[in-house]
Amino acid sequence: MNQRIPVTELTSTFRERATGALADQQLRTNFRTAMDSLMQKRADAFPDEDEREGLRELGNRIKARALSQLPDLLEQLEANLTANGVKVHWAETTEEANQIVHSIIEARQGTQVVKGKSMVSEEMEMNEYLADRGIECLESDMGEYIVQLDHEKPSHIIMPAIHKNRHQVARLFHDKLGVDETDDVDELIQIGRRTLRRKFLEADVGVSGVNFAIAETGTLLLVENEGNGRMSTTAPPVHIAVTGIEKVVQNLRDVVPLLSLLTRSALGQPITTYVNMISSPRKPDELDGPEEVHLVLLDNGRSGAFADAQLRQTLNCIRCGACINHCPVYVRVGGHTYGEVYPGPIGKIITPHMVGLQKVPDHPSASSLCGACGEVCPVKIPIPEMLQRLRQENVKSPAEGPKVKDGGAKYSAKERLIWRVWKTLNTSPALYRLFLWGATRFRKLTPSNVGPWTENHTAPVPARRSLHDLARNHLSGNGSAKGGQ
Amino acid sequence: MSARNNILQKLRSGLVGTTPRPDDFDERLVTEPWQYNPDDRIRQLRTQMEAVHTELYQVTSQNWPEKVAEVLAARNLGNLLHAPGTEHGSQLAEYWQSSGQSVELLTYDRPIEEWKDELFWNVDASVTGTLGAIAATGSLVVWPDRMEPRLMSLLPPLHIALLKASEIEDNLYTFMKRNNWSAGMPTNLLLVSGPSKTADIEQVLAFGAHGPKELVVLILEDA
Ligand code: SF4
Repeated sequence: MNQRIPVTELTSTFRERATGALADQQLRTNFRTAMDSLMQKRADAFPDEDEREGLRELGNRIKARALSQLPDLLEQLEANLTANGVKVHWAETTEEANQIVHSIIEARQGTQVVKGKSMVSEEMEMNEYLADRGIECLESDMGEYIVQLDHEKPSHIIMPAIHKNRHQVARLFHDKLGVDETDDVDELIQIGRRTLRRKFLEADVGVSGVNFAIAETGTLLLVENEGNGRMSTTAPPVHIAVTGIEKVVQNLRDVVPLLSLLTRSALGQPITTYVNMISSPRKPDELDGPEEVHLVLLDNGRSGAFADAQLRQTLNCIRCGACINHCPVYVRVGGHTYGEVYPGPIGKIITPHMVGLQKVPDHPSASSLCGACGEVCPVKIPIPEMLQRLRQENVKSPAEGPKVKDGGAKYSAKERLIWRVWKTLNTSPALYRLFLWGATRFRKLTPSNVGPWTENHTAPVPARRSLHDLARNHLSGNGSAKGGQ
Repeated sequence: MSARNNILQKLRSGLVGTTPRPDDFDERLVTEPWQYNPDDRIRQLRTQMEAVHTELYQVTSQNWPEKVAEVLAARNLGNLLHAPGTEHGSQLAEYWQSSGQSVELLTYDRPIEEWKDELFWNVDASVTGTLGAIAATGSLVVWPDRMEPRLMSLLPPLHIALLKASEIEDNLYTFMKRNNWSAGMPTNLLLVSGPSKTADIEQVLAFGAHGPKELVVLILEDA
């Protein structure tokens, strides 16, 4: 059962992929084990409920405050970074962002790029873009490296290779790197360390993401455990950071609670091994660090979400992955079923703004609305509420002017008509009685095929006598109300 | 510049008629749960750091170089990167000479470009100072500079960090306040909470992913 889902070649729908994933016992075991452990770790990291709730409330306020003055903070960030010697670039689309990155690399005649973990670069499909232009772009986070080696996409935003077990990684390393097959995790990691260290040494450019961009001081803050982020941002002569425009916070002190929320929610760690704060390129008297530092600020649909006060809350997200870890749908279908960069609940609420509902029509409805995601979200995004809103936008007619990119993807005039008839029927007593009279008498005429319902159920047939009828009978004392079928 | 203008304009049109939210940062939430009396402070730091495989030793500001020699000898290492331009670096060098240590002392005294290969592959260990530490999360605060550049605490498989007992703060917030970071940040500022690690394969914890495999902290108390 080592079959993998090559996301890049996906032409199927969410439902089809979900059906495949559900039948893959190995995949389901890998996810179940991992998610159970991540949930437990988070719970252990927040032993005090009051402390946790106080911090979540503060996290929410900090993000809401930042968003309430987002354009000003972006300008302040730009001004301070520029004063520190960092070059700031803006991109509305992933294409533009790729062009910017490519031109920076070209100017240095670079051919090798080493990348720390960055979900925004996944959004951009930067690896593929640069490869097409003869530039090697290598992932250096162990999980990302494994996934890239197997020509896959990450299946989780924090743990990219969580869908694989050690045997699968052992075989992959054996096949691709020519090393002896070993099931020892320590040894596997050391193989990765040696291979990638050479790359860090040779790379012309290092690329990274950003966890928080601090407007007040012009600082880029990155968290990580492996040290690959520090390597990518220190060893090569050029560092390019790519990030979404929603990552900016107002003050340095704002990151104190956000950092705590992030690492505890994501991995149950009080803090990551490294918190790396970068404010400028190498200064004249310094002996290492990149000579050039660039920041690319990417929109890619975020301003669309921002335009609506309710949907704007989506941009609170600090990408901790807790909603994914707690999602009963994700744990069963796995990350690749979503077919896009961000899986799980956060994927369902952010992806429509990026790629449009037409491309991900099933995203808002692939949820039981159980509410677990909203309950654990460290910045209190009401994710179920966002999903319901997106469901509405998803069925709006063109005339109703959907507020989300490619909204109305699931609008059907027929379905709308049926609901209108249903509404009329249920709000007019006379019509309703007439309908009941007809339905109970001509019940044998109901169609045996009623769409998706009859795929898994027998067709509904109205009872011979309506409940009203039976109740009336019963109350008037007219005997032993035997009715029904 | 058009992308910039377009983005800013779109964002601004979404905010028409609104005002920025007030700054109601409640610092009690990030300080009160993380306060320790002086005796507990080191204990808290130790517990947190040992949980992620860091070795800590309490030594004095006089005898710590001996401990460095001992740590290196136990691992049979051949060389140590140090910074003779700093106070602690020169103290170490003096001890090295007077006690006739055989472990070779190296110095980061030229730009990385001039000795990248050597630094990447052939340095066994490094010893650096720290700005202090944070008890709550078990974190060292490292402020690299010309004397102790950024890669010095990252590339060697063993990193030995010197921490003055008096520089341990309760939590990140008080550390930040005390050092007035918001008034200006250096090129690079780091919180280091253990040796490099990963759990990317089956969530099994493995140390020495890309940075140091081992972190040794010497807590210096005034003798
Ligand atoms: S939506 Fe909330 S829980 Fe999900 S990744 Fe974002 S911050 Fe974390």
